[in-house]
Amino acid sequence: MGLAKRIIPCLDVNNGRVVKGVQFVDIRDAGDPVEVAKRYNEQGADEITFLDIGATHENRDTMVHTVEKMASEVFIPLTVGGGIRTCEDIRRMLNAGADKVGINSAAVFNPDFVQQAAGRFGAQCIVVAIDAKQVSSPGETPRWEIFTHGGRKPTGIDAVEWAIKMVDYGAGEILLTSMDQDGVKNGYDLGVTRTISDAVSVPVIASGGVGNLDHLVDGVTKGKADAVLAASIFHFNEYSIPEAKQYMASKGIEMRL
Amino acid sequence: MKSIAVIDYGMGNLHSVAKALEHVCPDTRVYVTNDAAKIEASDRVLLPGVGAIRDCMAEIKRLGVDQIVADQMGKKPMLGICVGMQALMQHSSENGGVECLGQLPGEVAFFGDQPTVKAAHLKVPHMGWNQVKQQPHSLWNGIEDNSRFYFVHSYYVRTNQRDLVAATCNYGLDFDVALARENLFAVQFHPEKSHSAGLQLLQNFLQWDGS
Repeated sequence: MGLAKRIIPCLDVNNGRVVKGVQFVDIRDAGDPVEVAKRYNEQGADEITFLDIGATHENRDTMVHTVEKMASEVFIPLTVGGGIRTCEDIRRMLNAGADKVGINSAAVFNPDFVQQAAGRFGAQCIVVAIDAKQVSSPGETPRWEIFTHGGRKPTGIDAVEWAIKMVDYGAGEILLTSMDQDGVKNGYDLGVTRTISDAVSVPVIASGGVGNLDHLVDGVTKGKADAVLAASIFHFNEYSIPEAKQYMASKGIEMRL
Repeated sequence: MKSIAVIDYGMGNLHSVAKALEHVCPDTRVYVTNDAAKIEASDRVLLPGVGAIRDCMAEIKRLGVDQIVADQMGKKPMLGICVGMQALMQHSSENGGVECLGQLPGEVAFFGDQPTVKAAHLKVPHMGWNQVKQQPHSLWNGIEDNSRFYFVHSYYVRTNQRDLVAATCNYGLDFDVALARENLFAVQFHPEKSHSAGLQLLQNFLQWDGS
């Protein structure tokens, strides 16, 4: 009896539609974001993460409107990420009804922004999103670096050191996406998930690569993640949230059923 | 028309709690305000809060919310949520130590300092859905004992006055997550983010006569 591990369906949103691609290309349509979020809310999702993958101003206004609509109908925590660069962006999303914001590239370009944001809005609403890719060769000590721009641009920054620094700067949670695994359905990168989860004091959300329910279980048991995020297995009805929760509970993981 | 004032002292996301109140009771008018007259005229008061206690207390004092809370205390049903609950206590150890409103006896301590929390390598903040062990109170009507509510906090409340405790939770240690005295009820979790159990609690609050 105690704190449950969380299942977080992730909605990648572009031009007001939920989309899902493989390694950030080959995009498929998965529906209206408010309808999708409502379905997950009814199914017992523990939180919802909402990522704006478009970068235009029009898209941003659509996002704010969608978050507002969602917040009137969905009463579980809502994280909004993608293109959050200033305290004004954060204020706007929180006012629209988001509970947390995900900061990714902006943290890399200006780490002080995380400190500023956590100071102003509280660490509890600052999620630092890290896109990590393994850079060591097989046989070497594993090493991961962070990438920006949807996994296209290397930064030379060590992912584990970066996670520790971001927590020092006030991140209340780490959303860790493996760029090698994203969309390919072979399971999370358990090595980087476990290494970062052991290295930081705050909760870590595993992301990128879920293809079946054992991957969710492994994310918690082997990757030591506090929450598991997935998109396509839920969007395209391969598995339902209750099914995933029952399965994880049957493997001895504490869940909210 | 019945009304509730959500006290706005500039901290955090009041949209969520206002939307949740409107959702459970469409016939209640929800004001998000720090206007003393409006709060005085409302049937109920809600004291929300997220973020760091020092900033919250600074804004509470700057806007005169401390006086408003003192004036409304005992007059009408009041609900404190999260940092709103912590602000009602006497003292918080956050930000190097902050004096709070002192409306409830007890203090606010850091999870990360507790030996049992450290020994179990528990993550701080305590974030997610945890089970809430109820003590009899009408705000739990229709909510099963040990239901899960959504928490996100690094500091927790403890009081020696055990007759005030309306619920507890465990995260490395047992701690107090709901306190009740007369027409005041305060919770550490976020009912507005706790799906059906949370919405039920808000609905119970909107129907509560304070006894």
